[in-house]
Amino acid sequence: MSSNANIYHEMIVEYSRHPSNFGKIENPDVTYHDSNPLCGDSIDIFMNISDNKVSDIKFNGRGCAICMACSSVMTEIVKGKTIDEVKKIQKDDILGELGLQNLQAVRIKCALLSLKVLKYGIYTYLANKLNDTNADALKQEASALY
Amino acid sequence: MQTAISVEKIRKDFPILKRKVRNDKQLVYFDNAATSQKPLQVINAISDFYTNHNSNIHRAVHALAEEATQAYETTRDKVAQFLNIMDRQEIVFVRGTTEAINLVAYTWGRQNVKEGDIIVTTEYEHHSNIVPWQLLTQEKGAKLEYIGINDDGELLLDQLDTYLATGRVKLVAISQMSNVLGTITDMPEVMRKCKNAGVRVLVDGAQSVPHMKVDMQQLGCDFFAFSAHKMLGPTGVGVLWAKKELLEQMIPFHGGGDMIREVHKYETTWNDLPYKFEAGTPNIADVIGFSAALDYLNNLGMDYVRNHEIEITKYALEKMSAIKGIKVYGTKDILKRGGVISFNFADIHPHDLATIIDEDGVAIRSGHHCAQVLMERLDVAATSRASFYIYNTKEEVDILINSLDRAARLFKL
Repeated sequence: MSSNANIYHEMIVEYSRHPSNFGKIENPDVTYHDSNPLCGDSIDIFMNISDNKVSDIKFNGRGCAICMACSSVMTEIVKGKTIDEVKKIQKDDILGELGLQNLQAVRIKCALLSLKVLKYGIYTYLANKLNDTNADALKQEASALY
Repeated sequence: MQTAISVEKIRKDFPILKRKVRNDKQLVYFDNAATSQKPLQVINAISDFYTNHNSNIHRAVHALAEEATQAYETTRDKVAQFLNIMDRQEIVFVRGTTEAINLVAYTWGRQNVKEGDIIVTTEYEHHSNIVPWQLLTQEKGAKLEYIGINDDGELLLDQLDTYLATGRVKLVAISQMSNVLGTITDMPEVMRKCKNAGVRVLVDGAQSVPHMKVDMQQLGCDFFAFSAHKMLGPTGVGVLWAKKELLEQMIPFHGGGDMIREVHKYETTWNDLPYKFEAGTPNIADVIGFSAALDYLNNLGMDYVRNHEIEITKYALEKMSAIKGIKVYGTKDILKRGGVISFNFADIHPHDLATIIDEDGVAIRSGHHCAQVLMERLDVAATSRASFYIYNTKEEVDILINSLDRAARLFKL
């Protein structure tokens, strides 16, 4: 049975007050926005790509502590990774960092909104800028996140 | 009579209140503005219908059909009595408040609202009393205007005067009680202004009818909508009340069985009111369940309901305002608000707060409460909301308060 017991540990609370890589990038190579209509969480993501790597990433928006912490961890993981590596990031890579593997279903959307935005952002970049016809799998993966 | 009612006795009628949730915590249900719990009387009425009387209504001549029809139609009479409605033909059963408002928008609205006309609503409406009017005004090239609120969450009714003075207002669509702030609208004043201007008024009673005495003759509006499920009844049942002269002029909302008098290949004549607006097999079992809910509230008396909520809300407001960092939205005047408390707690996001409180078994609501226009006005993304009903106790409020203390410790406030 999923439980919420102890999800509000030090790290989550700390990230919610002081998120990592929070802000905007002017004229980014990749940007994407999505929101969760149920709770109003809203995330924008900005990335610069050089040498096929994510040279910079920032996120902006507002959300609950779970959303802010997961977004922070995600940007920390993504920074410096190649696009192929970013494509392979799974939800448990992020949830695991924060001990949220057993997060209950109603809160999973808070945790995974930023990953969804990341995957859609990368998909859009691949499909539009690089004309990558294999990008559709990434879009499907993003929409299947929750 | 009042002294004979005890909350302990009421609670025995609600089996769900005995439930344990989340690691064996006693359930405390404070999400009544979303939907109320159901007493055994209602649950049993629905079960009894399917066990003993199940049949379609209005058509067949067999025994079951007669019993089902009678039970269904008796509910209509009880609604009439509950709200002091003179003519039972003015009571249309629908799925809920949302459908009732849409029915008016799609029929009366389409027939009467024209380009350049104005529909007035308020900043504290539920989406169900905003979106249908957006759809209608966009289709017709009409305008949607909002009566704003002051910092106490009360309507700035002077703005209504300004809109009415244009002479273009066709309808004022307004809730009698805000589902977020609990503000009780000054309906006599709204009605006085609108009547002077000869403007129709639709009242969203989803939050008012379950919690206070509503008298349709005293109110004097043109359309009134509410839902059964917020007043001990089942989901999927609501009522549209409208003046007969309006219902007679209005085109049908849905076409189909039961709403017709005669159907020919290319033309149809309509059934009498209210059946003209009840196309298809209605939600018979749940309408009958609603009957038991009305009986239950009648037995308590709506004065008891209101007074009990005032007592609990007053207690909760006192306790909550003693906690540093809690901001309560809406008026402090207990007589101007229902049993709804929307609040924020320092920088804790309402979803985090609701999750922490839920661990202690307390069900509150967090989010925009289907009132994003109001959230924008309050300049918040979301709020937490505790809302009370007949079975809630001060001891339960204490559990919420302890839980808020725990949240403060977790977030190091």
